[in-house]
Amino acid sequence: MSKDNQVLEELTSKEYEHGWTTNIETESAPKGLNEDIIRFISSKKNEPEWLLEWRLKAYQQWTKMVEPKWPNVTYPAINYQDVIYYSAPKQSAKAKSLEEVDPELIKTFEKLGISLTEQKRLTGVAVDAVIDSVSVATTFKETLGELGIIFCSFSEAVQKHPELIKKYMGSVVPVNDNYFAALNSAVFTDGSFCYIPKGVRCPMELSTYFRINAANTGQFERTLIVADEGSYVSYLEGCTAPMRDENQLHAAVVEIYAMKDATVKYSTVQNWYPGDKEGKGGIYNFVTKRGLCAGDGSKISWTQVETGSAITWKYPSCILKGDNSMGEFYSVAVTNNYQQADTGTKMIHIGKNTKSRIVSKGISAGHSQNSYRGQVHIMKRAEGARNFSQCDSLLMGDKCGAHTFPYIDVENSSAKIEHEATTSKIGEDQIFYCLQRGIDEESAVALIVNGYAKEVLNQLPMEFAVEAQKLLALTLEGSVG
Amino acid sequence: MSTIATEKPLTTDITAWIESNLSTTGLVQDLRKEGLSYFQQLGIPANKAEEYKFTPIARLLEKNFNFSTRNAEAKSIDINHYAIPGLDANVLVFVNGVYAAQYSKIISPATEVTILPLREAIDTKKDLILVHLGKHADHKADALTAWNTASWSDGVFIHVGKNTIVEKPIVLYHIHDVREGQTITHHRNLFIVEQSAEVTVIEKFDSEGTGNGFSNVVTEGVVAENAGLNLYEIQNDGGARYHYNHIHMTQANASRVNTFTFSLDGKLIRNNLQLCLDGEGIESHMYGLYALTGDTLADNHTVVDHRKPNSFSNELYKGILDGQSKGVFNGKIFVRPNAQKTNAFQANRNILLTDKATVNTKPQLEIWADDVKCSHGCTTGQLDEEAVFYLQARGISKETARAMMLYAFAGEVLDAIKHPVIKEYIDTIISERLHKNF
Repeated sequence: MSKDNQVLEELTSKEYEHGWTTNIETESAPKGLNEDIIRFISSKKNEPEWLLEWRLKAYQQWTKMVEPKWPNVTYPAINYQDVIYYSAPKQSAKAKSLEEVDPELIKTFEKLGISLTEQKRLTGVAVDAVIDSVSVATTFKETLGELGIIFCSFSEAVQKHPELIKKYMGSVVPVNDNYFAALNSAVFTDGSFCYIPKGVRCPMELSTYFRINAANTGQFERTLIVADEGSYVSYLEGCTAPMRDENQLHAAVVEIYAMKDATVKYSTVQNWYPGDKEGKGGIYNFVTKRGLCAGDGSKISWTQVETGSAITWKYPSCILKGDNSMGEFYSVAVTNNYQQADTGTKMIHIGKNTKSRIVSKGISAGHSQNSYRGQVHIMKRAEGARNFSQCDSLLMGDKCGAHTFPYIDVENSSAKIEHEATTSKIGEDQIFYCLQRGIDEESAVALIVNGYAKEVLNQLPMEFAVEAQKLLALTLEGSVG
Repeated sequence: MSTIATEKPLTTDITAWIESNLSTTGLVQDLRKEGLSYFQQLGIPANKAEEYKFTPIARLLEKNFNFSTRNAEAKSIDINHYAIPGLDANVLVFVNGVYAAQYSKIISPATEVTILPLREAIDTKKDLILVHLGKHADHKADALTAWNTASWSDGVFIHVGKNTIVEKPIVLYHIHDVREGQTITHHRNLFIVEQSAEVTVIEKFDSEGTGNGFSNVVTEGVVAENAGLNLYEIQNDGGARYHYNHIHMTQANASRVNTFTFSLDGKLIRNNLQLCLDGEGIESHMYGLYALTGDTLADNHTVVDHRKPNSFSNELYKGILDGQSKGVFNGKIFVRPNAQKTNAFQANRNILLTDKATVNTKPQLEIWADDVKCSHGCTTGQLDEEAVFYLQARGISKETARAMMLYAFAGEVLDAIKHPVIKEYIDTIISERLHKNF
């Protein structure tokens, strides 16, 4: 089969391809949230006392906070007592090598195209696979270990590198930062941890793959990336979930700490289950992602392709504290049917000569609502700060909406800020041009949308870019005409 | 939507103020009571309220005004001191919120236009008042508009009949006499421009003396099919004026509205400008220039609401911020689900001259229709030093070079003014502000 045919076939086939579930034995905590549940999670994970205290403190803070209402999304009230906060595939002990991992789990990831074993030989991407609440496997540990790179699950890091966790956890996203960050801090179950030592350039892409499997569970994971002086790492994140009628909550926290001259590139292809055509079910994706350019000359780059989730609500941000530091944000957010997205970024310029660049491309179809919300804040001492923002929206159909809420706050006279936004639709002349050349309407739309999003897709690592392109076409399938 | 945070004690003080001044007779007493009850419900917005995020209106009112005293007594003033020179126009003067007939003159013939103090129009133009007053500006959503609805003391009623072009502009001078204490004024204007008619209105705000003045002006009205309205706001009050200005015009098919807002001086200037494009083939232009210095805060909130297909709106706001001044811009463009083929453009450009000056801008597009062309752009920066150098190399002093560049920056807004006398006057006051003396 030629490649074109394959793409076509994929285009016209099903709705959400990762909607199946795996039958694996799981161990869950009872529904509900209270101090006992937190103690339960903490003891399950064999955590030290300080971490339990940290969690309980977060829980105390959370109970005093109220759920924010300012995002441009609507959803029925979430009953936080009706969620399972801990669910893990049953394993006798923590697997030491891949051979010991439950074959059913390995199959699960193979089905997702993330082969935990083959991966080793084929692509050279190190993966930390997280299912429901826990990390099941991390590949390439030894190879990375030789360079001094620490890449492991969060729980493992807590056991083996408590000094690093203690120092950096919560340093970028404080416990009381926002409602969902506080919730996550109280109940987070696993996630990935990565430390790149001084002057090391990570030779392969590091990747976390998140999968929600069990019903009624929420996923609360935490990712912490610490890049020491002069290091480089490119990090990928992918996620999927089964099709279910009820809404599931995903409230993650990602923290990036970049020291002097370090570069961190973080790419996400978010493909959580978006709900069915009537808007039933789907994941609520309420995520706090933030990077701190702590050292001079550091750089953090976020790239995201958001196609899934019933509701997406996240703002990967950069705090540009070090002089000459740089933040980037590239985003494609696609919404179809009844999906809602309120996403964007914050660039906080504190240091001198800091630069930031924002490119956001929103695509809305069906009955969906797509919002860009962003802030560029130039603080008083951010001499010579520079920002360029572009946020474009593409509307397909007359029942969807596109919204932009950019905040631009400037307190320094030497700053240069540019912001531009446009809203348009796919031109009939463009479609006609494609039709003339024998490209059917659906493929034409896919083609045009991919062209529109190219500026962002180009930022993705190769493996991801291919997946993202297919995903874009798939999400918009059936939205023409 | 954002939750509205309010200031409780201040709201209570002001409620008492409203109640003690509330007139309980006359045609619009029910509307006034409604205004009061909405004011109580909404409350004076606190600093956390999204719409007043950068404008601490509660703090400023609390700090500078005493709501248990009455307005300072108005004495005689020299109106020529405030008049726009050489402008042949209808003049209405309000001193401390009260119509001052002795300074006013209406020169346009009654066949062309009806110009009345609103208090008088309540008695003589009942039908139109009942149809339009309180129907456009939304006192249910904004506390200050609700306050105005309850407390307005006077204002202007303008009614232009079908197929009439009012040749002479209408100028409203709002003067605060604050030589002997503070003043709090509420103005209400109602403009009705009938089919294929056209009128130009200018509002100018000044203070006599150094006391604090708070003015709350609400202007509402309709511009009917194929009609036109040009509205100029000149906010250049060197006194301690805290100014809240709310304009809401509803436009019908093929109508044209041009607004010009010049904010140059005062303590606080808050403009809420809303155009509701409820028809097809409409053209709306909104121009704004804020050239600020000292500790002036100018906050421009604009809303263009495209409700029907095939309309065009264009918005250009420019800011020059010197001293410790603060500029705020929030431009909303709404394109409703059936408003296809809408063209809407918005631009906000700012120059910061000092590190103590700040700019907060938030252009906001909300679009529910797909076949539209909408864009916004905003920039913040400083003068191009290379261009300044170019001029210096040609023997022009640095100060003059900078003034020239700033003047050119402002020029884009000035050029849009069509009336020659108004243009010349605004050119003069802006040149003064920018120290342009070449």
